[in-house]
Amino acid sequence: MNKIMLIIQREYLSRVKKKSFLIVTFLVPVLFIGMFVLIGYIAVTQNEMSEKKRVEVIDESGWFENKLHNGDNIEYTFIRQDVAAAKAGFIKSGYDYLLYIPGNTDNVQLLAEKKPTAIVTQTIASSLSSIAQSTKLAAAHIDSAVVAQAQKRISVEGLQVTDEGIKKAHTFASAGIGFVCALLIYLSLFLYGAQVMRGVIEEKVSRIIEVIISSVKPFQLMLGKIIGVGLVGLTQFILWIVLTAVLSTVAGGIMVKNIKAKTEQVSMASKAAQGAAGNGQAAAHADNFAGDIMEEIDSIPIAYTLSCFLFYFLFGYLLYSALFAAVGSAVDSETETQQFMIPVTLPLIFTFAMAESVIINNPDSPLSVWLSLIPFTSPIAMMIRIPFGGVPAWQLATSMALMVLGFLFTTWVAGRIYRVGILMYGKKASYKELVKWFMYKD
Amino acid sequence: MVGDAVIAAKARLLCSKFVYFTVQSITLMLSIRDIVKQYASHRALDHVSMEIEEGTVFGLLGPNGAGKTSLIRIVNQITAPDSGEVYFKGAPLHQSHTERIGYLPEERGLYKKMEIGEQILYLAQLKGLSRHEAMKRARYWFERLEIQAWWNKKIEELSKGMGQKAQFVATVIHEPELLILDEPFSGFDPVNAELIKNEILELNRKGATIIFSTHRMESVEELCDSIALINLSKKILDGKVKAIRNAHRNGTYVLEYEGQKVNVGGAPFSVLSESVVDDHHQMKLKISDGKKANDVLQYMLPLVSINKLEEVVPTMNEIFIQTVSKSTRP
Repeated sequence: MNKIMLIIQREYLSRVKKKSFLIVTFLVPVLFIGMFVLIGYIAVTQNEMSEKKRVEVIDESGWFENKLHNGDNIEYTFIRQDVAAAKAGFIKSGYDYLLYIPGNTDNVQLLAEKKPTAIVTQTIASSLSSIAQSTKLAAAHIDSAVVAQAQKRISVEGLQVTDEGIKKAHTFASAGIGFVCALLIYLSLFLYGAQVMRGVIEEKVSRIIEVIISSVKPFQLMLGKIIGVGLVGLTQFILWIVLTAVLSTVAGGIMVKNIKAKTEQVSMASKAAQGAAGNGQAAAHADNFAGDIMEEIDSIPIAYTLSCFLFYFLFGYLLYSALFAAVGSAVDSETETQQFMIPVTLPLIFTFAMAESVIINNPDSPLSVWLSLIPFTSPIAMMIRIPFGGVPAWQLATSMALMVLGFLFTTWVAGRIYRVGILMYGKKASYKELVKWFMYKD
Repeated sequence: MVGDAVIAAKARLLCSKFVYFTVQSITLMLSIRDIVKQYASHRALDHVSMEIEEGTVFGLLGPNGAGKTSLIRIVNQITAPDSGEVYFKGAPLHQSHTERIGYLPEERGLYKKMEIGEQILYLAQLKGLSRHEAMKRARYWFERLEIQAWWNKKIEELSKGMGQKAQFVATVIHEPELLILDEPFSGFDPVNAELIKNEILELNRKGATIIFSTHRMESVEELCDSIALINLSKKILDGKVKAIRNAHRNGTYVLEYEGQKVNVGGAPFSVLSESVVDDHHQMKLKISDGKKANDVLQYMLPLVSINKLEEVVPTMNEIFIQTVSKSTRP
C-alpha cells in the first residue's frame, strides 16, 4: 500500500510539475471564455462594424417608394432610369447594389459588382415581402392587425408531473447540461486514458520497467499509475472549473454591461427608424428567452448531477484507463497502438454518437436505458439522462454497481495482460498473443 | 554444562578459520530447486537447480537465449516459475525479499524526463528506504562515484556511461544482501568499468552475495568463486571455478627447453605443437595416460636443458566453449 502511494505520488507530481500541464490548465479556460467573449463581441458589434451598403432602386411597380426605409446598414436611393441604362452604368455609379423591381414584382433582381452577400439579399427580400404583403392586404381591404393576430405563434409549455406538484420541464437546459457532461467525460476518457497508455509505453521503452517491477508487483505499478493520472485529471478539472468560474464572472460582468448598452442602442435605433411594434416584441421575446434559460439551469438539481458526474467520470476513467494501460503494455511505440485502440475506443464513440441523437431526444427509451446500464457505455449515456431527472433509483443503482464491477473486471483482465506485456520487447503482439498472456499463470 | 559451552567457545576460537568455512559452506543465500518455466512454445528453463553460498561471487553463464534472464527474473519475482522453488536464506521466496535484493538488468533504463537525484530517491523508497535515509545514502554514493553535479540533471541530458553510474547507485543504495548484476560492465569505458568492478568487490567484502551474469569470461575467472553454466534451458555445469578448471585438466603442459630439437620417439607424451622462440624451444605436449609430469622430466632431462614445465589449466572461456558446443551437439 505504501509503495502504491509512492507510485501515485511520482505519477502525479511528474505530470503536474510539467510546464505543459500548467500551460494547458490555464490556457483552456482562457481560450474557452475568450471564445465566448469574442462571439458575443462580434454579435453585438457586427452591425457597427459592417459598412453601410448603398443601394439604388428602380421600382417599376411603384409599390415600394416611401415604404422601403433605410435600415442599419442599407441605404436606399430610388432612381428613375431605364433598366438597361442603369445596368450598363452601374459600376461607375458608385452604388454597391442595384435593385431592380419589375412591374409585376415577380422577378426582382439584385446586382452587385461582386456577388451579393446573403445577409443583404435576405434583408432586402424580407423587407420587400412584408411591404408587398401589407400592400396586397390593404388592396384587399383586410385589416393587418387581424392578420397579425391570426399569424401569432402558439407556444407549448412542457410540464412535468412530480410528487411535489407540476413543474416546468426545462428540456432545453437539461439537454444542454447533459450534453456538456457527456462531452467532458468522453473527452477526458480519451485525454487521460491516452496519458496512462503513454506512461506505460514510456516505462517499457526506457526499460526502467524491469527495475521497478523487481521492487513492486506489476499490478501495483499499473494501479498506481492509473490513480496518479486520474488525480492529475481531477486536479485539472477542478482548476478548470474554478478558473472558468472566476474568468467568466469577470468577463461576464464586463460583457453584460456592454451588451446591455449595445442592445438598448440597437433597439432604440430600430424602434426610432421603423416604429414598428413587431421589433419590440422580438426584443421582449429574446429577453424572455434568456430569462428562461437561467430559470431552467436553476431548476436542474446541481448537487445530484455533479455527484453523478464525478462518479461516472471517475469510474469511467478507471475502467477505460486500465484498458489503455493494457494496450500500452502490448506495444513498443505509440504508432503501434492503432490495432488495439479500435475495440477500446469504439464503445465510446458509438455511445457518444447515440448520445447526441437518440438518448438526448428520448432519454427514457429502452435503448437509452440499456446504454446507461452497460459499464462501457454508461458513463456517457447516463450523464445525458441524469439532468432530465426521472431516472429511477434502481436504474441508477444498477448502473453504478455494474460500473464498479465492470471496473474491477477490466482492471483484472488488463492487469493480467499488462504483467506479461511490459516484459515483451520487439515482438509484435496479436490478439491471439494477448489471450495467451492473459492465460499465463502467476 | 557451562564448562561445555566454554570449551566449545574455545574450540571455535581455535579453529575460527575452520568454523568460518564450515558456517559459510552450509549458509545458502539462494537455493534454486528444479525450476521449470514454460513460455507458449518455448521452455525457457528445464528443471534447473543450483545453490549459491552466502558471501560469494557467483557467475551465471551461458550463451544468449540460454535462459539466464528468465532465471534472474524468477529470483527477482518479476515472473514466477511454473514449477520448482526458490529459497532465500532458507525461506521460500516472498515479496518482502525484494527489498533485500538489488537488480541491475542487462537492458538499463531510467525515466528520461525525471531528474536523476529524484529518480534514485524514488527507486530507493520503492525498495523500502525512508526518504530521509535514501537521501543520505544517495548523497554518499553520488559523492563516491563523483557524480554529485548531476543530481538535478535528467537522463536525456547525460551520456550513456553517466546514466549507467546512476543506475548502479539505484541498484546498491538499499544495501542489498543479494546483488544480481546482468552484464554490469557493458556500456562502461575501461576506467569506469574498473571503478565499478572495485565497488562490486568492496560490497562483496562487506558481505553482499553477488550473482553475476556475463559473457566476459576473463572477468569470471577474476571475480567469481563459483559458476553455473546454462545452455538450451538446462544447467550443464556448476561448481567452484577452481574445481571446474581442475576437473577440465587434460594433461596438457608447456615445456620450455634449450638445446637440440628432440626426437620424441618412445616418449611418455605426444607433442601437440612445437615452436622456436628466441633461443629456446617451446613445446606443447599431452602426457600419455597413466604418466605424470615427472615422467616427462625424467625423459627430457638427459636430452636438453629445461627452463620450465608448466601445466596448462584450461581457461573458463575454453571450458565454456567446449561444454556449450558439446551440449548443443545432438
